[in-house]
Amino acid sequence: MDLACTPEEEDFRARLREWLAQALPSLPPKPSSDDWPGRRAYDLGWQRMLYDAGYAGLHWPVDAGGRGATPTQHLIYLEETEKAGAPYVGANFVGLLHAGPTIASEGSAEQRARWLPPVLRGEEVWCQGFSEPGAGSDLAALRTRAWRHGDDYVVSGSKIWTSHAEVADWCELLVRTDPTAPKHRGISWLAMPMDAPGITVRPLRTLAGSAEFAEVFLDEVRIPVAHRVGAENDGWRVTMVTLSYERGTAFVGEVVACRRVLGELAREARKNGRWDDAVLRRRLGRLNAEFRALWRLTQWNVSAAQRTGGVPGAGGSVFKLRYSHARQELYDAAAELLGPEALDLGRDWTLDRLSSLSYTIAAGTSQIQRNIVAERILGLPKGR
Amino acid sequence: MDFQLTDDQEALKAGVRELLTARFGHAELRAAADGGPPALDRALWRELGEAGFFALRLPEADGGVGLGLPEAVLAFEEAGRVLLPGPLIATHLAAGVVDGAATGEAVVAAVDGVHVEWLDQADAVRGDAAGAQPLRSVDPLTPLHRVPAAGVPLEADPEAVLLTSLLTAAEQLGGAARTCELAVQHARARKQFGQPIGAFQAVQHLCARMLVRVEVARAAVYAAAVTADPADVAAARLLADEAAVRGARDCLQVHGGMGFTWESDVHLHLKRAWIRTQRAGGTTECEEMLADDLLAGAG
Ligand SMILES: Cc1cc2nc3c(=O)[nH]c(=O)nc-3n(C[C@H](O)[C@H](O)[C@H](O)COP(=O)(O)OP(=O)(O)OC[C@H]3O[C@@H](n4cnc5c(N)ncnc54)[C@H](O)[C@@H]3O)c2cc1C
Repeated sequence: MDLACTPEEEDFRARLREWLAQALPSLPPKPSSDDWPGRRAYDLGWQRMLYDAGYAGLHWPVDAGGRGATPTQHLIYLEETEKAGAPYVGANFVGLLHAGPTIASEGSAEQRARWLPPVLRGEEVWCQGFSEPGAGSDLAALRTRAWRHGDDYVVSGSKIWTSHAEVADWCELLVRTDPTAPKHRGISWLAMPMDAPGITVRPLRTLAGSAEFAEVFLDEVRIPVAHRVGAENDGWRVTMVTLSYERGTAFVGEVVACRRVLGELAREARKNGRWDDAVLRRRLGRLNAEFRALWRLTQWNVSAAQRTGGVPGAGGSVFKLRYSHARQELYDAAAELLGPEALDLGRDWTLDRLSSLSYTIAAGTSQIQRNIVAERILGLPKGR
Repeated sequence: MDFQLTDDQEALKAGVRELLTARFGHAELRAAADGGPPALDRALWRELGEAGFFALRLPEADGGVGLGLPEAVLAFEEAGRVLLPGPLIATHLAAGVVDGAATGEAVVAAVDGVHVEWLDQADAVRGDAAGAQPLRSVDPLTPLHRVPAAGVPLEADPEAVLLTSLLTAAEQLGGAARTCELAVQHARARKQFGQPIGAFQAVQHLCARMLVRVEVARAAVYAAAVTADPADVAAARLLADEAAVRGARDCLQVHGGMGFTWESDVHLHLKRAWIRTQRAGGTTECEEMLADDLLAGAG
């Protein structure tokens, strides 16, 4: 049981730091949050810089174009990029963090060759078409239908809450290929080009006012059968792989960001005199414990994954549950600190507070995560 | 970085668990809880000494086992699991300082803030216990004395305070993990409305919350054992205290009326968890320390 990095890992950290120090100043200015094409270009530009420097797909397997880095190196990467104030994955989120890894582990050689390099090079953006109006938590209730037509599937239905749909090139799409099978069995996982005829994207405004996600309507969209990842009607299993990546690793880097914000809150409190308020001060102290522990839990989970070499397990749900709530408490504390200014949308913390509200919903609600912990980790009987 | 138990650490943990299950199982726990005024089992104390429980961190040159804080934390986690009674931490910290502590020949109590656990049964007391008055302890397995508040300042020995806090967190972790197990066992076995209560989502979610608290606390406690950093220890302590106290309460809830009886072990866990929260500076001190740490980190 240790927390020390090996000399190779420290060397990796040092070289990354050095690279970040000279690379970040050359980034173009950050586009505004409503400027979708601008955000896409910015995020892809950053990905391209990572690619050129050899940091793209760090944690992906080598035969998928990645660097095959150890989970610890990936952790160091997340820690250092965040500390240096590097951009987030942003529009590359789905491609890099779950569609990519899913194709890497479940796709054919041709599929890997077709889809993975453009994600790594920062050329193509993916989105996730899982949820439907009638299938959110109960994802397997999805109804978007795919009929086989020669070498194509013809797909009709609709998806909702699709993040980045407006600027995506590809969509990891779940469709029902056998409506007569039990609901978990008749599903397939397809890669859908977002410029195919029959797709309509209608942006949805979030409570923060911006259009982060969209509705996607599919009207007889033709998708080649060759775009199916995994066997026909075996999509649920493939989806479980995707979701374990989403829950297992996707939020990890953000813990570092929250720790930084917490430090900023403390300094702000000292500046504006609120540090004398023992209740607030102790609340910040407790949040410090919370985020320190979440970082330790991350290190624990990463070390476990490093030992087994496997896909992150249901333990990701434990992390996601605690983290999503802690993040909301963090921004509630920020609001407490800001006082009347907490109602000013011009304050970053106010916008971040609004966006933190999605963390207990997106990628599986807290209630669903608790079902998973109870049934899959604790082995309690299947719930009512 | 390999932040997982080593094979040796797994073996040590299993070994301590085996010893404690054999020597302080459920029957012994109940006998101690139900048998009137608590008395220390001196034979068990010496056996713990022989097994190296108290001398675990004492250098081999001084007759100790020569292991480190992580190993001590694993041993104390196991002690916490079974609610092993006695001034375990005080005696462990006295190994090499007070004669007989390392071997379990001597029972050593310590003044901690205004409290002393097990004063009457101790062969030696560290700190100034002058004027100590017995109080009716909430925990039937932890006799308590109060010393006049002016007695001993808590920060008399910062090292002892830090270690007491960390080892207390380890005990809390063990207790929290145990109450989670007890709740899950009960939820699987007890039937209502024609099915195990564990199939009801309300019960499932209570149990899931317990596990989340345990796992977060575990990572924090083990990390603090590795770094011995005061802020890590304070964080570990806050989360372990929370996991133990809330875990015991949720466990009681899952047990229903049964949980409110003396026969059930649940109250023993809750009461011990309460006692432990008072040691070596409690919640307030930890929170204040971690608040200061935020500013210190800002440089
Ligand atoms: C910001 C954001 C981005 C998103 N991005 C994407 C995306 O890119 N692609 C995508 O496919 N999806 C995306 N989603 C959708 C997200 O996965 C779903 O919103 C989520 O799974 C919940 O589904 P729902 O909204 O239909 O709520 P519902 O399933 O209708 O749930 C409503 C309430 O009922 C509770 N509930 C439901 N079932 C149960 C149960 N069995 N037990 C107890 N409580 C239950 C829920 O916990 C919740 O409180 C996004 C969501 C958000 C908020």
